[in-house]
Amino acid sequence: MCGIVGLFLKNSALQPELGALTARMVHEMVDRGPDSAGFAIYDVPETRSKITCLSLTGETDWQALSVDVERVVGEAVEVIEVEDHAILHSAGDGAVARNRIIEIAPDVSVLSVGHAIELFKGIGDPDAITERFGLARRSGRHAIAHTRMATESAVVIAGSHPFSTGADTCLVHNGSLSNHNRLRERLRRSGETFQTENDSEVAAGYLAWRMREGDTLEVAIERALSDLDGFYTLAIGTRDGFAVVRDPIACKPAVIAETDDWVAMSSEFRAIAQLPGVAHAQIWEPKPATVYAWSHAA
Amino acid sequence: MPDEADSFNIPATVPRKSATFDDYTLSEIRRAAATGIYDIRGGGAKRQVPHFDDLLFLGASMSRYPLEGYRERCDTDVVLGSRFASKPIELKIPITIAGMSFGSLSGQAKEALGRGASAMGTSTTTGDGGMTEEERGHSDKLVYQVLPSRYGMNPDDLRRADAIEIVVGQGAKPGGGGMLLGQKITERVAGMRTLPEGIDQRSACRHPDWTGPDDLAIKIQELREITAWEKPIYVKIGAARPYYDTALSVKSGADVVVVDGMQGGTAATQEVFIEHVGIPTLAAIPEAVRALQELDMHRKVQLVVSGGIRSGADVAKALALGADAVAIGTAALVALGDNDPALEEEYQKMGTTAGAYDDWHEGNDPAGITTQRPELAQRLDPVKAGRRLANYLTVMTMELQTLARANGKSNVLSLEPEDLVALTVEAAAMARVPLAGTSWIPGT
Amino acid sequence: MTADLDLATLSVRQVNAALQQAQEGSYRVLHPGGAHALACGLDAPLEISIDGHAGYYCAGMSKEADITVMGNAGTGCAENVMSGSVRVKGDVSQSLAASGHGGLVVVEGSASARAGISMKGVDIVVGGDVGHMSAFMAQAGRLVVLGDAGTDLGDSIYEAEIYIRGNVASLGADCIQKPMEEQHLAVVSQLLDRARLDADPASFTRYGSARKLYHFSIDHMDEY
Repeated sequence: MCGIVGLFLKNSALQPELGALTARMVHEMVDRGPDSAGFAIYDVPETRSKITCLSLTGETDWQALSVDVERVVGEAVEVIEVEDHAILHSAGDGAVARNRIIEIAPDVSVLSVGHAIELFKGIGDPDAITERFGLARRSGRHAIAHTRMATESAVVIAGSHPFSTGADTCLVHNGSLSNHNRLRERLRRSGETFQTENDSEVAAGYLAWRMREGDTLEVAIERALSDLDGFYTLAIGTRDGFAVVRDPIACKPAVIAETDDWVAMSSEFRAIAQLPGVAHAQIWEPKPATVYAWSHAA
Repeated sequence: MPDEADSFNIPATVPRKSATFDDYTLSEIRRAAATGIYDIRGGGAKRQVPHFDDLLFLGASMSRYPLEGYRERCDTDVVLGSRFASKPIELKIPITIAGMSFGSLSGQAKEALGRGASAMGTSTTTGDGGMTEEERGHSDKLVYQVLPSRYGMNPDDLRRADAIEIVVGQGAKPGGGGMLLGQKITERVAGMRTLPEGIDQRSACRHPDWTGPDDLAIKIQELREITAWEKPIYVKIGAARPYYDTALSVKSGADVVVVDGMQGGTAATQEVFIEHVGIPTLAAIPEAVRALQELDMHRKVQLVVSGGIRSGADVAKALALGADAVAIGTAALVALGDNDPALEEEYQKMGTTAGAYDDWHEGNDPAGITTQRPELAQRLDPVKAGRRLANYLTVMTMELQTLARANGKSNVLSLEPEDLVALTVEAAAMARVPLAGTSWIPGT
Repeated sequence: MTADLDLATLSVRQVNAALQQAQEGSYRVLHPGGAHALACGLDAPLEISIDGHAGYYCAGMSKEADITVMGNAGTGCAENVMSGSVRVKGDVSQSLAASGHGGLVVVEGSASARAGISMKGVDIVVGGDVGHMSAFMAQAGRLVVLGDAGTDLGDSIYEAEIYIRGNVASLGADCIQKPMEEQHLAVVSQLLDRARLDADPASFTRYGSARKLYHFSIDHMDEY
């Protein structure tokens, strides 16, 4: 089980503080999820693709990897290393780069691909993880984050949320799915690749599949309400914003708050309680089986 | 072509019954066809599953030396709830009485359980109806259950309990709620549960104000706040995914984890639930212990195991596999007098026989234990029955000590898996001890 | 004379210990910031004000005390309340007054899912809406809602009474509409007075148990 948070900035003047505000929200969710954590931060989209990778061994030769990927995508690849993660930037096709990396580097987990997203995850104390990846110093337009209490799969880094299997799309999940094993097999046959045994990764793969098939995010989530079984509150990050949805039974918590400057979502109000201007926020609980979405492009 | 002389003496084949459609199955299909309702009964899983009988202790030999009985002590006391509670429970023996409700049991039965347990320095547990004055009065150490139904829940009882047990599920029906039918919802039971008298109680299967270990952690915090962090908090789970369930119970903040295997009894539920959901106690223990060890919580968060504990040998084997204590339910009722052959005539009238009687939900127990009918309940003398329970607990404890001493232990908690071997491949795989005479543990 | 307990400097345990030891008086809890289990397990006629938003289980198992939350409250507000009163000025999350045995719980805003779940005698008055599965397995007590109710209202209800002024999205198993008679108008009127919320009792509709699930019958299989 877990804590999930999301923060979407309506006021661009707050962008330099996005990371600091998100890190404080994560801190309040440590009790719910002491085992591991992860976050996805979305900045203004770049022209190049960004592929965030995690070295499962801590000894990955990123330079050698980037040379190979360069050859395959036909464009230069620049590597920026951050602890045991690395972000590969390239004007080449991000999806092609991702598949190549998965194919040739079993010691690497591809965490995200897109033009706006960077994604980091780790095991251990969530505050230590946000500290290690410098979340508090990062700027951006929106972010989602997750603290994990592992239920049925192991506490390994790759099992941390957020999970992303589509361009600029990732999700965090609080709850427990009950039909994810067969759904994973169906999705594999439809071309999705999975890197863990985690139920949340299946939810991410499902949305990625639907969007590849042409659904908008909203339509994909509507379909997910029928096709995913179990208990879930999902926060989904996309290139231009984020969405929140709860299953029809809605036992897992969720609260949303909105001011003129930001929209925030969390499993418990106390993560939102310390955001600037919260005293004047409109606060509500999302209804079950209803999609709530915000976009900068709107 | 048959012989002409034998044309009227054709040998018949022996009538053969089907193993798949056996007598019980046939009778159940007929009953379902007649009534249109599932079969409800009490007790735990009756079919044979791998259990403690499939394990043996090795004992002493040239390399291991036994302790003398009587003169050389073999300690049996155990402390439950040392993790967070300021007043952990100290038990003289590692055998407790499992949760059973007033309502499913008569007041006399609950009193007898309290008397017997207190005589032996151990605890009893309330059930799905709340705490009665009699039980609090007769039980020196009382564990108060917090169930999905919350019948009778109140802060005063929470504060006068010695420990609190949050019931996520039980072995007979992991995922099911309580069930008490109209026959047993007397005026007093109805009053305690805030239900109309004589109706069939429907119960929730999930807690009303939390779902999942992350929210359970907050619920535990609330219960601790209400009781000033004094009392141990147990989390009870039916054996389903004991490795994950135990880990999550620890992460939610439990002081003690109670794992109840499929042989664990219930007052009443659907027969199919009892027989077809939940795993054997034997298979659950090593998984729960593994979770505790990986979290470095073994012996720091105590493990209580229940579901088919019958003798000191079962207790010893459960402890050897890593439990800190066991709980008995069915066995305690048998010690009080449940299913006694002396009542065979009455069992026959009900269409059953001593040892098979399990329609406890009908409330007609001739032994006066699983009934609310006053004329039946008064057949159970709580003082005598309490003594019977104390005798039984004494025997179990002596048996436990006998086996522990034979394996060289001066403390029953020194029993370990390496003292055991298995008689079957299934038991070896489930218990993770070698097949007798070999060093093979299937799966490793 | 009101004593202040400030969560900016004190822990939840310290605040609760102070409140639980008090026999009388007025207290304000400052900077609650969504903290959990605030003012739970009280057992004296205290007057408590929580100055802000509370987390889960605020006023849990409360007896005798009168507690007001000046903001919103999270899951299980006033769960298992025994007596006294709990008032929330804002909104509450799920499972409002779950398994409550007595007392009066008032929410001036709205409640989300499962308001009054498993209620056992508490009186609940909600100024706004209640969410789905409200009064699920409600055994005793009264739920009065000035706004709308979500789906599956009163599913598996026993003897609790429900009064809704607004729209009911759907009724749950064994819950039916019942006629409003003189005595019911009086009940609603009294509860509205005690809740200090203004509405015309005649504008409420009563719901309660059809009592078809009290004894199992195969003819009612659909309701299970």
